[in-house]
Amino acid sequence: MRYSAFSIVRNALSGNLNWKPQWRQPQPKSHYDVIIVGGGGHGLSTAYYLAKEFGVKNVAVLEKGYLGSGNVGRNTTIVRSNYMLPGNESFYEFSMKLWEGLEQDLNYNVMLSQRGVIMLYHSDAQRDAYVRRGNTMWMEGVSAELIEREQLKKMIPFLNYDHARYPILGGLLQRRAGTARHDAVAWGYARGADQHGVDIIEHCEVTGIRRENGVVTGVETSKGFIGCGKLALAAAGNSSRVGEMADLKLPLESHVLQAFVTEGLKPCIDHVIVYGGGHFYISQSDKGGLVFGAEIDGYSSYAQRGNLATAEHVMEEGVSMIPGLSRVRVLRAWGGVMDMSMDGSPIIDRTSIDNLYLNCGWCYGGFKATPASGYCFAHLIARNDTHPVARALRLDRFARGYAVDEAGAGPQPNLH
Amino acid sequence: MASLITCPHCGVRPKEEFAIRGDASLIRPAPTASDEAWHDYVYVRANPRGRTLEHWHHVAGCRRFLVVERDTVTHEVYSAVDGVVAAREAQR
Repeated sequence: MRYSAFSIVRNALSGNLNWKPQWRQPQPKSHYDVIIVGGGGHGLSTAYYLAKEFGVKNVAVLEKGYLGSGNVGRNTTIVRSNYMLPGNESFYEFSMKLWEGLEQDLNYNVMLSQRGVIMLYHSDAQRDAYVRRGNTMWMEGVSAELIEREQLKKMIPFLNYDHARYPILGGLLQRRAGTARHDAVAWGYARGADQHGVDIIEHCEVTGIRRENGVVTGVETSKGFIGCGKLALAAAGNSSRVGEMADLKLPLESHVLQAFVTEGLKPCIDHVIVYGGGHFYISQSDKGGLVFGAEIDGYSSYAQRGNLATAEHVMEEGVSMIPGLSRVRVLRAWGGVMDMSMDGSPIIDRTSIDNLYLNCGWCYGGFKATPASGYCFAHLIARNDTHPVARALRLDRFARGYAVDEAGAGPQPNLH
Repeated sequence: MASLITCPHCGVRPKEEFAIRGDASLIRPAPTASDEAWHDYVYVRANPRGRTLEHWHHVAGCRRFLVVERDTVTHEVYSAVDGVVAAREAQR
């Protein structure tokens, strides 16, 4: 299905009855070269890049629900590359560059809006930390700007600058960062992968991984056995469950993260604003709703819903930063299951089983990584070799003592 | 999560009084244990879907560490016992 101004007029005249699905609904074949478990953003982008960049076209993506029903449709749509640690920053900047060319690449409007992400600071020490982070970004070739208080007041006048405990002294701005329409990212990758011959099989739950002589031969699913040459896991919050089918012991805990959206307002918040006194982030969607979220609830959970105490905490943080928010009504709240790793950074690696590949541990930073995660994972699967920007994101880094701990919180998944 | 938790020391209390520390099924290896045993203890998690044992700290109450059994899907809380009692029952 392709879109143009002409197609909109033509379909309008025929009562919008003739739109075609964007991807096929194929029955699974008996064997694929590569099977990807998980039809979220990362699984779909992996399939797309496998087919397009690495020439592996006999690929299936198995999704237990409908496409885009998991975290790719549950996030707060923020894309950015303002990380500090070397192993992270080069990876996320690679992702940011892929975002910048994604709409042309996919021929699909993912509504990438580089409106700028600004992280506020509230003390001299926090300013020092952001100066340091900005400098490390520049060392990786990524632009960052320190915005001082007076300049910030002109940019974003409605913040609570004179808060008694957390006065706003300025912020670190990445202008190239912003938001993208999350559903369109899933649909765009799905259509792109489908056009390259990838079979996207929805409502197909993997129930077992069959192994013979130490290698994976295929997967048991709710639609029967499907054989494969290589198996790639991109199951996000359910990684431990899928990994268990192949006896993998993973450094993961699943946690629930909530997000919220308000009723639609006229344009008022032009940037993505991140609170430094807590962990609150907010932006305004093109439809007008304010989209925001904060920390994970803090306990392990597979439920796609959270607790009221955390919701209350998120609202308090928001009102503390933008007092005017107290008059806005929340429309919806939802939760997603995060695969929290033990250092807060992801894992893209081979496993102890030769033809089994692993992509997990995205914590709550998975959406911005969607293009790079797929590209690097496809690189790994196709060439059996780690992509240069994903070298630090190995599974054995914990045992070797090379954890990539951006928050400096230690092996405590609910603190990242 | 259940709104009310029955603490073995304080009785029925709101869940906001408790801080959840994490997996209580892990057993600390001996100081001389292998690197692999320590790696598994520090980093690897069973991450069960369903019933799980957790350490909860009754921060705003008796300040005892409890072992709480609950469900990670329904968030139902089944039981809460004092950490020392749980360890003694497991003969640790």
